[in-house]
Amino acid sequence: MLIGLTALATLPLWLDSNYYINIASQILIWAIFALALNVLVGWAGLVSLGHAGLFGVASYAAAWLVVAGWGHLPAAFCALAITLGAAAVFGLLALRTAGIGFIMITLAIGQILWGIAYRWIDLTNGDNGIILPARPLPFGIDLGVPGVFYLFTLVAFLLTLAAMRGFDRSPFGASLRGTRDQPRRMTALGYHVWLIRFLAILYSGLVSGIAGLLFVYYHQFVSPHVLGLASSAEVLLMVIAGGTGTLLGPLVGAALVVIMKTVASAYIERWNLVLGVIFVAIVIFMPDGLVPGSVRLWQRFRLVFRSKPSSAPRPGVDT
Amino acid sequence: MSALEIRGLQKSFSGLRVISDLSLNVASGERRLVIGPNGAGKTTLFNLIAGEFPVDGGSIRLHGTDITHLPARRRAHLGLARTYQIITLFPEASLRDNVALALLGLSSLRWNPLVRLEAQEQLMARAQAVLAQVALESSAAKPLRETPYGEQRRVEIAMALAQEPQVLLLDEPFAGLSNAERADIQQLLAAIPRAVTIVMIEHDMDIALEFAEQITVMHFGSVVVEGERADVVADVRTREIYLGS
Repeated sequence: MLIGLTALATLPLWLDSNYYINIASQILIWAIFALALNVLVGWAGLVSLGHAGLFGVASYAAAWLVVAGWGHLPAAFCALAITLGAAAVFGLLALRTAGIGFIMITLAIGQILWGIAYRWIDLTNGDNGIILPARPLPFGIDLGVPGVFYLFTLVAFLLTLAAMRGFDRSPFGASLRGTRDQPRRMTALGYHVWLIRFLAILYSGLVSGIAGLLFVYYHQFVSPHVLGLASSAEVLLMVIAGGTGTLLGPLVGAALVVIMKTVASAYIERWNLVLGVIFVAIVIFMPDGLVPGSVRLWQRFRLVFRSKPSSAPRPGVDT
Repeated sequence: MSALEIRGLQKSFSGLRVISDLSLNVASGERRLVIGPNGAGKTTLFNLIAGEFPVDGGSIRLHGTDITHLPARRRAHLGLARTYQIITLFPEASLRDNVALALLGLSSLRWNPLVRLEAQEQLMARAQAVLAQVALESSAAKPLRETPYGEQRRVEIAMALAQEPQVLLLDEPFAGLSNAERADIQQLLAAIPRAVTIVMIEHDMDIALEFAEQITVMHFGSVVVEGERADVVADVRTREIYLGS
């Protein structure tokens, strides 16, 4: 783990291309977003196809407020508060049902938010989007430098990861997983299943908002495309490909999709096809996702390696 | 005071009457057996008492408190616990974590996202103690999915006991068990203190009759015969409805 952390922290030193450092920043931003969705998909068993709506609300709100003359810090806090409010409405509507109904309602909410971004031109500037005039300067640090922005994103990612780890191991995390596995039993045990799920949506919405802020700081631009169904589906694929309910799965899934989109697309014209084939392979060979599948593979390898009899001839045995 | 008092209970599903004007009185500390042929409405009765389905009419009182329209979770906090006919546990969690979830359900700790569950020593010690009650303390760390069916049945009961119930509803706790496992469960139920009122649905008449002090016979959603064990067994209507002679 220490090796991994050191490698991540020193990445701008040994990766001397700004292009690849920027790709690493994008991976981390999407990994934070995937971690947020993982709260619902992995731990609550609620599949959302409209989460890009919450991600986009934070991006739009921050950009709009900064353009309106607010400072970056108050704009960021206000954008997160707005995202939390949107997540509350999202939860109130979506939790009226579960299963396929939940997916359909979240899809509809995501599309409504996309429609607002696309059509409410006075507010959102429509298809032209909103340009963020400048990146924030936290403690005077210039986030315009790719390596610095990467480290800023890495800190946000590690804090999110630590928060998710704590959440996963907490009594509330156990309660949430319980509502995923046996909601009926949980009710009989005295749990308020609806409220637990609602709070999980708020938490997921807040972390999605943080990812949305980082996204708009990185691109300095936000358009309706960010809130679209494609973004929601992409982040869901990241979670599923990496491994739902795991902590590192969203990072692995985000790396896979972002690298395919940005790096592989430069060499392979039909990169979408390759990504599709990779997803099919994951579903067939590692249906739990890359992280749990790799762990299982490693355990099997160790078992085989340990149980393999020595090939050296034993004393007293004719060969 | 009655532990459980049901008056004029009604329930229909899509026009089909499943519980019809059912009344039941279970005294505090009593061991009550509910029997009846398949489709008599026994499990529906449990679901209505536990609050999993809303009632169409009638009332349910738990130690004098009207719980007819309370949500299921509130009933659990008032001292009602149940087990399920089909095992309803958490297969990926360990036996201890299963019981810990039952303990958490009644604790405000369940809302806490900032502390480690494993570090809650009191809670974990209590979970271990409850597992000891059902003789599973040595398997506490084992994942439930790796546990034999008979032990899973015991975990079901352990989870209900962890809730420290005043009234315990047992839905076919002997279903699918071997003779040896049945004897284990029988011993386990006999050791439950009298402060806990038990209402049990069971088809295994040999074991069930040994357990019961009072028996209620249901048929087509109504109580047909009710009373002391010997009287109910001797009643002609019981034989006609349930024993088939």
